[in-house]
Amino acid sequence: MKQKILVGLTAMALATLGTQGAFAQAAKAKTGKLSGDMVKVAVMNDMAGVYADIGGPGSVEAAKMAVADFGGKMFGKPIEVVFADHQNKPDVGASKAREWFDVQGVDMIVDVPTSSVAIAIAKVANEKKRVYMNTGAATKALTNEECTPYTVHYAYDTYALANGTGKAIVQTGGKTWFFLTADYAFGHALEADTAAVVKASGGEVKGAVRHPLSASDFSSFLLQAQASKAQIIGLANAGGDTINSVKAANEFGLTKTQTLAGLLMFISDVHSLGLKTAQGMMLTDAWYWDTNEETRKFGRRFFDKMKRMPSFDQAAVYSATLTYLKAVQEAGTDDADAVMKVLKKTKINDVFTKGGYVRADGRMVHDMYLMQVKKPEDSKYPWDYYQLKKVIPAEEAFQPLALSTCPMLKKK
Amino acid sequence: MSEIFGIPIQAFMGQLMLGLVNGSFYAMLSLGLAVIFGMLNIINFAHGALYMVGAFMAWLGLTYLDLGYWQALVLAPLCVGVFGVLIERTMLQWLYKLDHLYGLLLTFGLALVLEGLFINIFGVSGQPYSIPDEFSGAFNLGFMFLPKYRAWVIVSSLVVCFATWYVIEKTRLGAYLRAATENPKLTQAFGINVPLMVMLTYGFGAALAGFAGVLAAPAIQVSPLMGSNLIIVVFAVVVIGGMGSILGSILTGIGLGVIEGLTKVFYAEASSTVVFIIMAIVLMIRPAGLFGKEK
Repeated sequence: MKQKILVGLTAMALATLGTQGAFAQAAKAKTGKLSGDMVKVAVMNDMAGVYADIGGPGSVEAAKMAVADFGGKMFGKPIEVVFADHQNKPDVGASKAREWFDVQGVDMIVDVPTSSVAIAIAKVANEKKRVYMNTGAATKALTNEECTPYTVHYAYDTYALANGTGKAIVQTGGKTWFFLTADYAFGHALEADTAAVVKASGGEVKGAVRHPLSASDFSSFLLQAQASKAQIIGLANAGGDTINSVKAANEFGLTKTQTLAGLLMFISDVHSLGLKTAQGMMLTDAWYWDTNEETRKFGRRFFDKMKRMPSFDQAAVYSATLTYLKAVQEAGTDDADAVMKVLKKTKINDVFTKGGYVRADGRMVHDMYLMQVKKPEDSKYPWDYYQLKKVIPAEEAFQPLALSTCPMLKKK
Repeated sequence: MSEIFGIPIQAFMGQLMLGLVNGSFYAMLSLGLAVIFGMLNIINFAHGALYMVGAFMAWLGLTYLDLGYWQALVLAPLCVGVFGVLIERTMLQWLYKLDHLYGLLLTFGLALVLEGLFINIFGVSGQPYSIPDEFSGAFNLGFMFLPKYRAWVIVSSLVVCFATWYVIEKTRLGAYLRAATENPKLTQAFGINVPLMVMLTYGFGAALAGFAGVLAAPAIQVSPLMGSNLIIVVFAVVVIGGMGSILGSILTGIGLGVIEGLTKVFYAEASSTVVFIIMAIVLMIRPAGLFGKEK
């Protein structure tokens, strides 16, 4: 008996050493230590509000798919997926996260759209020392001033969006810009980042108008955009606000003389606008279901369950969950420090990214895609919405590590 | 180019016109609320949800039954009206004698249930409803490019609003209604079926919301949240106009739409707040609202 325990302990020690050595080593632990005798993955997002179609119940399904693909068990112990609605309110999200960590033994939180909530959860996860993989929020603060040793910002951020769409459009001749901006932290950040890219690429910003979140009518704002005579109208808003801006821009004939640039658009937005209205728009995407055979297979599997194709956020939730589970397996424990160590050394190869990796500041770096929405006559089958214009290589897509203001980087 | 308050006169006129469009929606919705409050003493928080249901009826009709815009404009308000009658008969009628708060809570709950149901079925991003072919294109007014559909919204909502005002204030039926509000017992004693009138009034108020919903469908995305985005402003309109005042709600609705539109030019960030600032000022000076009577 004693011998068995000794063997077990040695194996575990070896396994841990192995992972700390090099990721190339295939020394995956068959046994390991789990807090609460299980792995608990928690999906937190907006379940019924403006962002519910981007993540919502679909993200929970994506996390469950990842658990199923992993095999459903970790070291012979169960893996459980729980979820909650943060209602886009930082206080609601933060108190739920505390309850999850303190009472329910949650090991990792994933998704969390809405930048303000995302930052609140980062603070709680840091305090409780648990892994936090954000796929849903846009703010680049998560890997800058608000970075923590436990945050992984997985799918995208305002820098990548601005850099993708902004730069590409200026290069194709869209020199003068006017912004239609949602009047809160996210909108301002997206506008500022994009304006900086536009100016750096030789473009000119003619002005901006700020509209309240969930405005009921956009025609007045668009009339101002029209009067600016800018070539490009940058929509620094999201969800229902973007949808209604695009709709009104079509109705008022802006799209005949000016081009709309959706700075943050999800496939669910394009789906609900319809191609007739959305055609021609440029956008930056982190993942598209119709890219290759592997993504199509994943898309169809998801479609069978949710009756819609996955957004890039939902695909990222799948990938982040799977990556986390693999890291726990390799670390031989769900201890956050050990798992983070593995995460920051591992190349991610799955349906979401090939060769993606997590940087010291927590940013997961991967290729991004510049897309253009197809004309209705070019769309051959349901959800055939995007034309790939350009692959933005990982190194160009995200903010260079040297520019990150993450305090963790300075210590070294 | 000539200027007004530092902005070009063209932009000023354009915003005035758009304010009129939004004001038409406010007027139509607040009119329904005012009719219901005036006759039933119910603060109908389900009004935004009924507006949303009206828009969805139009979309469902088009998508599944191939019913065009014009059919929807007649059928959807009818359906919503019948739904309103059902609500009144099965739930609201038990609350008239109680405090306002109960009606408010019930209708608020109903609104949440309706929104939740539609979110569950259709998702939050909503569904597109194209502008009917008759109204594609725009009028060139010289100072702006006014889509034909928006012009139609102004015309049709003004017609509906003033027809309602005329029926209630100038006809015999309206006289019965007003009498039933003032003194239900006495009116009943004259042989007028008061419960029936009350039921139809709620149905009519609901139908007005449904009508506004169909009018809005081509202009904004048909989404389960479209009602809750609008309803708070509409309540402010009713309060400013004077709770229960028919003419007050129409005029205030249009006026506030215009003021809000102009705010969007001068200081866009305040456009969602300006209505409430006006509400606070009006309540300080005239607690019963601009057109309300002190009781």
